[in-house]
Amino acid sequence: MRKILKNEGVQAFAASILCILLGMLVGYIALLFINPSGAGEAIMDLIKNFFNLNNPAKQLQRFGNTVAKTIPLLMCSLSILFSYKVGLFNIGAAGQYCIGVCASLYAALQWHWGWLPCMLLAIVAGGIAGALVGILKAAFNVNEVISGIMLNWIILYFTNIVLTKVKEVASPYTGYLNDLNPKALLPNAGLDRFFNGNQYITIALPIALIVTIVIWIILNKTKLGYELKATGFNSKAAKYCGMAEKRNLILSLVISGALAGLGASLLYQTGYMRWECTAASVPGMGFNGIATAFLGGLSPIGAIFSSYFIQHIADGGAYVDKTVYCSQISDFISSVIIYFCGFVFFIKYLMNTALAKKNKKDTNANKEGGEN
Amino acid sequence: MDTPYAIEMLNITKRFPGIIANDNITLQLKKGEIHALLGENGAGKSTLMSVLFGLYQPEEGIIKKDGVEVSIKNPNDANALGIGMVHQHFKLVECFNVLDNIILGVEDTKNGFLQKKEARKKVMALSERYGLSIDPDAIIEDITIGMQQRTEILKMLYRDNEILIFDEPTAVLTPQEIDELMQIMKNLAKEGKSILFISHKLEEIMKVADRCSVLRKGKYIGTVETKDTTMEELSAMMVGRNVNFHVAKEEKTPGDVVLDVENMVVASEGHKMDAVKNVSFKVRGGEIVCIAGIDGNGQRELVEGITGLLPLKSGKLTLLNKDITKESIRHRNKMGMSHIPEDRHKHGLVLDYSLEDNLILERYFEPEFTNKAGFLRRKNIRNYANKIIEQYDVRSGQGPVTIARSMSGGNQQKAIIGREIDKNPELLVAVQPTRGLDVGAIEYIHKQLVAQRDAGKAVLMVSYELEEVMDVSDRILVLYEGEIVGELDPKKTTEEELGLYMAGAKRDEVKA
Repeated sequence: MRKILKNEGVQAFAASILCILLGMLVGYIALLFINPSGAGEAIMDLIKNFFNLNNPAKQLQRFGNTVAKTIPLLMCSLSILFSYKVGLFNIGAAGQYCIGVCASLYAALQWHWGWLPCMLLAIVAGGIAGALVGILKAAFNVNEVISGIMLNWIILYFTNIVLTKVKEVASPYTGYLNDLNPKALLPNAGLDRFFNGNQYITIALPIALIVTIVIWIILNKTKLGYELKATGFNSKAAKYCGMAEKRNLILSLVISGALAGLGASLLYQTGYMRWECTAASVPGMGFNGIATAFLGGLSPIGAIFSSYFIQHIADGGAYVDKTVYCSQISDFISSVIIYFCGFVFFIKYLMNTALAKKNKKDTNANKEGGEN
Repeated sequence: MDTPYAIEMLNITKRFPGIIANDNITLQLKKGEIHALLGENGAGKSTLMSVLFGLYQPEEGIIKKDGVEVSIKNPNDANALGIGMVHQHFKLVECFNVLDNIILGVEDTKNGFLQKKEARKKVMALSERYGLSIDPDAIIEDITIGMQQRTEILKMLYRDNEILIFDEPTAVLTPQEIDELMQIMKNLAKEGKSILFISHKLEEIMKVADRCSVLRKGKYIGTVETKDTTMEELSAMMVGRNVNFHVAKEEKTPGDVVLDVENMVVASEGHKMDAVKNVSFKVRGGEIVCIAGIDGNGQRELVEGITGLLPLKSGKLTLLNKDITKESIRHRNKMGMSHIPEDRHKHGLVLDYSLEDNLILERYFEPEFTNKAGFLRRKNIRNYANKIIEQYDVRSGQGPVTIARSMSGGNQQKAIIGREIDKNPELLVAVQPTRGLDVGAIEYIHKQLVAQRDAGKAVLMVSYELEEVMDVSDRILVLYEGEIVGELDPKKTTEEELGLYMAGAKRDEVKA
């Protein structure tokens, strides 16, 4: 039993589950304060998400919606964890995601490009945004968190300005891809059939899974991953042995940015979302990616599950009874849970110390009762 | 209860996963004695001291103070029992003055304001009584290592500690300072303090200690009166075999110039002044040139300039007749420069990587380890790691997949040395290659350096240990405040003369 508990993977999983439960508990307590009568029900609604609907076909359809939004979250989470392996905290993922939205929608609506060039442009735009942060860090030692956050704002307003050119006349939203340029929509490739014809299920799904696996391979099997991780663990040793640590630093942020940019394209080019040109903050996707990356134990494969879970909770908020609670409550509860998901490493640390203590006690007890 | 012992650690056993760090160890410290604790790296000295300090709880055994069993659960308990320690790396606040450092944590206050008058009086009285000369108002970063150490000692005395532990206190001192410290320790013992003195250096133990306990591989070997024993006997007890103190070396005429340093200037990191000032020298194939000097006289910058970690402000570096002044670290590596760095944790290893990943740190990009598509060739890496591990006797818990962090210091160093020498370098730059290692490992590493020299390679070594400098090198260059102040032949000079050069009391005009 103890051997199982000591296994890294098992520990990461258990810690993640504990975080989730803790988040729910705190959310529940908060609900009790606001209105005790509906608290339990509200939490259940949140967890049930689309299972609240009583029609299986509809459930499947809504499940598809959650999946469609999980994909960009997964990409943002990969973006965070990839740079984290190099010892960087890429909070700029939110901005890199935003510039991805800007690039793909502008190319689609203004230039009427097809889906693939739009997507590639989003990747490039995200990569450039990442490179900016990386160059500032490498050349002037500007902290990546500071420059990332500031760049987030710059990108937000830049995006608002650029996309205003392609917005609808009567609303602050960009036009529907469906009407204006259907060839910019990602092909469904028949995948929608598995989700009761949900049109938002596209080749984004296999693309996301393939990218995840590729990232895992890069990190664990290649020379590049070896270099990047060495730089992250000990940049001085990396320099000592002749690795181009500055180049690696920039490169990792370029890849991070490209992942976030791709994430944006994989959501907005399904037609599920439109950009609101009066948006006052960058989409939360990049920030949620942080909690997602940690919840997934900083493993690309773990991120697949954690990003689905977080999106599931976020969507589940819509089903909370708005007659009992005010309309922001869904966001509130899901963000409490997401917030606690960031505590995985702390919980893991607690578990390890508890385990060590128990070990000691047991060895003492063993000795009294004779060896083993 | 009346007992001659101040502290007794009886039958202490401490296990860690996979190893028994302390196996039934007994250590009895008499009141007013200087008791040396001798052992190789990984012999269990640190673990034993951590147990005494309450950092670890032993699985078996008891600790007695003045004959009464006590339980030490954390360092606060140890402090309360009057146990104090001077760590190898001082625990001082660099930008505070001496007095503030001494009273830190036990300050007297009145209405929240510091009351330093009484404290100053007590510190000065202590300093006089034990011959510990200090300037209470000097800032730590401005004073010598010796005075910093005296500050640490006063810290213990100020807290009325009765049992004083010195963890390798002489490693950082000049010969003159070592003599002073020995005198201070004797004074302390005379005044009734009990001293535990942890050291590798047999000479010092023989000079200052009354008794010596020896540990080997976690086991207690025995305790001897130093007046009844010899250095040879002690070292045999420690290593379990007879050790050669002197490096066997044949005469050899140096070959062609391998490294040529001309008018090298390296800025110090603060850029206020130059750390290396206009230094020129040559290293030839088949010779070991040793840079001697006290820590902090520009050795680090000199080496980092040569290896490419720091840029030169001016001057020229030539390796094998090629100008490398502006070449990258990797280029220098590929040209045949190997570097055993001073700090194996900071530069030498990626501690969170496995041993095998550390062994390919400078070669991972070679076709043997990375295929054309950029994938690592794990099988080759494993084979290569196994080869180095076997050849250089690198011991670890799980072989090539052991995480470097969990290995002992000596084996980490062996891994680095194996990695650097296996590259078959033309120039081997070795900085403090035996730092913190035990006699057995030191002997081994010296042999490797001499073997490189005998194979016609150039070796540039930096060392702060006089004995090592005298023993290993063919030529000594003394670095003082960033300048070479003397070039000496180890066969024609003495440790005392070398010490004078190192302290800046003597200098020649050197044109190497």
